Amino acid sequence: MRSRELVHIALFAAITAVLGVVPAVNVGPVPITAQTLGVMLAGSVVGARRGFLSQLLFLVLVAVGLPLLPGGRGGLSVFTGPTAGYLLSWPVAALVIGLITERVWRRYNLGWGVFANVLGGMVVIYAVGIPVSAAVLGASLWTTSVAALIFLPGDLVKAVLAAAVAVQVRRSYPVIEPRDRAVAPR
Amino acid sequence: MTLALYVPRATVVHRAPAGLKLLSLSLTGVLVFAVPTLPVAAGALAAVLAVGLFVAELPPELFGRQARTLLWWLVALLALHLLTTDPETGAVAVLRLLALVLAAAVVTATTRVTEMVAVVEWLCAPLRLVGVRPARVGLVIAMALRFLPVLAERADAIREAQAARGGPVRGLRATVTMVVPLLVSVLRMADTVGEALDARGADDVPAQPSWRRRTGGRLS
Repeated sequence: MRSRELVHIALFAAITAVLGVVPAVNVGPVPITAQTLGVMLAGSVVGARRGFLSQLLFLVLVAVGLPLLPGGRGGLSVFTGPTAGYLLSWPVAALVIGLITERVWRRYNLGWGVFANVLGGMVVIYAVGIPVSAAVLGASLWTTSVAALIFLPGDLVKAVLAAAVAVQVRRSYPVIEPRDRAVAPR
Repeated sequence: MTLALYVPRATVVHRAPAGLKLLSLSLTGVLVFAVPTLPVAAGALAAVLAVGLFVAELPPELFGRQARTLLWWLVALLALHLLTTDPETGAVAVLRLLALVLAAAVVTATTRVTEMVAVVEWLCAPLRLVGVRPARVGLVIAMALRFLPVLAERADAIREAQAARGGPVRGLRATVTMVVPLLVSVLRMADTVGEALDARGADDVPAQPSWRRRTGGRLS
């Protein structure tokens, strides 16, 4: 891997971390944070591989004891708590967003961006987060799914926001190399 | 940098190897889920509190803070079990969750970030087979930490510049017009830093297990 790619990985881990400083809106026990915006930006600006590794790196930074989650939370305890699944899904979410983005890179626009962000940044995150939450709490999937609905409006706003940013960054400083059938296989 | 959840003390727990502490944590996790009975869950919680408060000499507020962030979950969890199962299962679930979260907090509070990073590098060693160089993992961690203040500074600078030009300061549009130049600016910086790394030979570090470099080849 080239050095520039290493820097991109570090950079997007740091971006997700910095977004944790943006005050979280607490709805009951669940903090609604700006950090999944970082997950979406990572996938749609630097692509699948670097996006995945950057969010994995972010989780490593949290795990080794840095208070990078909203409200200064961090350390290993967040991985044994009920929201662990949501966190652990972030690298996969960035990966899925990146794969879609690379696929449609030549015709990437707001619509594709929102599509990628909703699929990767919401469907994937809920699909991992809800069952883990249910398992840790010993609650039913149905109960935790209904509880997860409070994430929906905020996440939709973030999906549109991240797509709008990604479209403009693609126009002015594209990083992703397209991966579709129009390109000869490397 | 004050950015860490580490609580410095001179105790046995602090001196214990980070790997051992992480192993104990995962074993505790396996135990409380494999044997879901009240004595085990309560015993685990008591043991965690005893080790944390008296052996590791951690401040009680630390546990209070952790418990407070969990409070809503615990209340909801107990209520759910009272409605759907029996009080004992509910008590086991609550005590188990509390014990695990506090145990993890003890490990984090007694282990320096550098030690944890060393464990991460060690855990990454088998990944050499798929081409990951453990030393680079350490490098990337260090870079990410350095980028935190850089990002905050650049974001402030851009926000001030746009406010000075009379641009929007709040709302979605303002966020887009703030984040786009910020990203472009840090992506440019990434190119420069990447070149600097290449110039210093970061690209051709021979793949070598990290223990070999640190100990000069001795296994101990």
